[in-house]
Amino acid sequence: MNDINLVDLKKGLKEQFDKFQGNINGQGKLAFNEVRKHALQQLEKIQFPTVKDEEWKYTNVQKILKHEFAFDLPSSGKIQEIESYIIPDLDAHRLVFVNGKLSEELSEIGQENGLTVLNIKDAQTQYGELVNEHLSKYAAFEEDAFTALSTAFTAEGAFIKVDKNKIIEKPILIFNFTDSTAANAIAMPRNLVIAEENAQVTVIEDYAAIGDNYGFINSVTEFKVSKNAIVHNYKLQNKSDKNFFIGTTQVHQEGDSHYNNTTITLGGDLVRNNLNILLDGEHCEAFMNGLYLLKDKHHVDNHSMVDHLKPNSYSNELYKGIMDGESKGVFNGKIFVRPDAQKTNAFQENKNILLSDKASIDTKPQLEIWADDVKCSHGATTGALDEEPVFYLRSRGIDEDKAKALLMFAFANDVLERIKSEPFKNHVAKLIGERLKQEI
Amino acid sequence: MLEIKNLHASIEDKKILNGINLTVKPGEVHAIMGPNGSGKSTLASVLAGREDYEVTEGEVNFIGKDLLDMAAEERAREGLFLAFQYPVEIPGVSNTNFLKTAINEVRKHRGEDPLDAVAFLKLMKEKMKIVNIDQSLMSRSLNEGFSGGEKKRNEIFQMAMLEPKLSILDETDSGLDIDALKIVSNGVNSLKSKDNATIVVTHYQRLLDYIVPDYVHVLYKGRIVKSGTKELALELEEKGYDWIKEEAAV
Repeated sequence: MNDINLVDLKKGLKEQFDKFQGNINGQGKLAFNEVRKHALQQLEKIQFPTVKDEEWKYTNVQKILKHEFAFDLPSSGKIQEIESYIIPDLDAHRLVFVNGKLSEELSEIGQENGLTVLNIKDAQTQYGELVNEHLSKYAAFEEDAFTALSTAFTAEGAFIKVDKNKIIEKPILIFNFTDSTAANAIAMPRNLVIAEENAQVTVIEDYAAIGDNYGFINSVTEFKVSKNAIVHNYKLQNKSDKNFFIGTTQVHQEGDSHYNNTTITLGGDLVRNNLNILLDGEHCEAFMNGLYLLKDKHHVDNHSMVDHLKPNSYSNELYKGIMDGESKGVFNGKIFVRPDAQKTNAFQENKNILLSDKASIDTKPQLEIWADDVKCSHGATTGALDEEPVFYLRSRGIDEDKAKALLMFAFANDVLERIKSEPFKNHVAKLIGERLKQEI
Repeated sequence: MLEIKNLHASIEDKKILNGINLTVKPGEVHAIMGPNGSGKSTLASVLAGREDYEVTEGEVNFIGKDLLDMAAEERAREGLFLAFQYPVEIPGVSNTNFLKTAINEVRKHRGEDPLDAVAFLKLMKEKMKIVNIDQSLMSRSLNEGFSGGEKKRNEIFQMAMLEPKLSILDETDSGLDIDALKIVSNGVNSLKSKDNATIVVTHYQRLLDYIVPDYVHVLYKGRIVKSGTKELALELEEKGYDWIKEEAAV
């Protein structure tokens, strides 16, 4: 392939956007195309963040931007290699995207009453009004360059709608791959999940990569969780060297709804997970669970924000990390409690284990409370693996490596226990076992 | 079984053990008593392989092998067991899973096949009776939220499961009420055989009413300053440790 066009994200986006506009056919006439154009203008205005931006103080995206990437890079067609990454034993509706393009071959959507699963490109024509009502309505791009980038280049991704009162038992798996076999590849999946009133659904996002060049996924997923709806959302990022990931999950919850997010990150040259939840109703529950296991020179930044707008809601956040080698973790958790949000309960905890002298974590919990009758707490701990339990286990005949692996698994398991999907939980447990080089 | 010769040990350059000599034969129960800070727990820790301590002099022979040359886990696999004074709480590691891992490590070392789930549960049920430990504790995280008595019982239960050659009970009586003390002591006594040996480390004579020692040694300033039979323990109970200190000072 001689015609691979590598794009400099700092200088070449305008040209790429014009090219993209020429290729979207009928899509260009849709109202959403104006949003795309606006997003690109906004991106040109605000530019990509630097470490001078408070929100990006510890994560330098120059690491990504210094590379050039091919948009719409065709897959190398290594179907079997890609298939080998698919979570085993998980009976799910499955959408697989390779370099941002839906792979019909690897996807598998069953018919289920009350469930709509489509490529968002098709949803824009088939459910135009509904998509316009929600797409880009929650994830604001005005001040977020990567969301602006995603919005400008929105093309494919998952559209999931669960009708009122429907419980969808089979999870929906959105599997995103970069295949950088031929060149550096960028993918920008854009997902929209709408759970209507009193609906229930589980959405699993899995991100991985094949190929020896650089891969970059810039993903944005918007969740509309309507009144009394329950959404479980699991996110697994299992790539490491030469891979970059910036993902924003934007959640809008109505009253009495429940949203449960677990974000698992097992590595990456640069990973930024943004999780923003708006509790826009009373008696909402939001769970934010995270686990990051890093080694080598991995850099993983978890940024979360939960905004309590109305009274009587509950949020609970637990992020745990184990860092080895020269890896670096970042945790930033914000809790806002607005003046109206009396009787809010908000809890946040971040716990870290550093396995080497060269590993580090920057952790920053932030609470901003404008209401006076609330219960909020936050805490962060960081330390080496405790010696005392290691000795205890060794004194019973368990060797040092195994003792440490048992203790680290136990530490991580706190987060795994919050996962309700058994096949997904088992898959993650197995990956962690492989990382710890022990059968657990 | 165990032969300690002129053992010296220190922690952060502070000398704690100053030349311990002790020989323990199969079938024997030895009590090591002494005032606080005399080095009792240090001796137990050094024997179990705690790495905070540095052995500066002396040797320890355990069933014909150089004990000090072995890592803590190797000592355990060879049949040395330390019942901790303060058993550690380990959240997230279940009691059952931990014990199964430990037992199979020991079995592997002996060249035996690992126990399968059925055989393991059978063994566990059998041994649980010895210390009257509740089944519900087995599925819980190791020692987490256990009462003091439950923790000590769990130590003796582990001892029953692992069938050590030499058990060192480090202040196992501390914090135990009389009922728990009886249960724990009965457990230890029922595990006693002509082939294994026990070292009981304690500050108080009371425990020795239940676990009757063949020999009693008094440790003071890191040395055994007096050895005798169980009557010595009674004398200590009656007269306290002051006369020992005075004798040692002479």
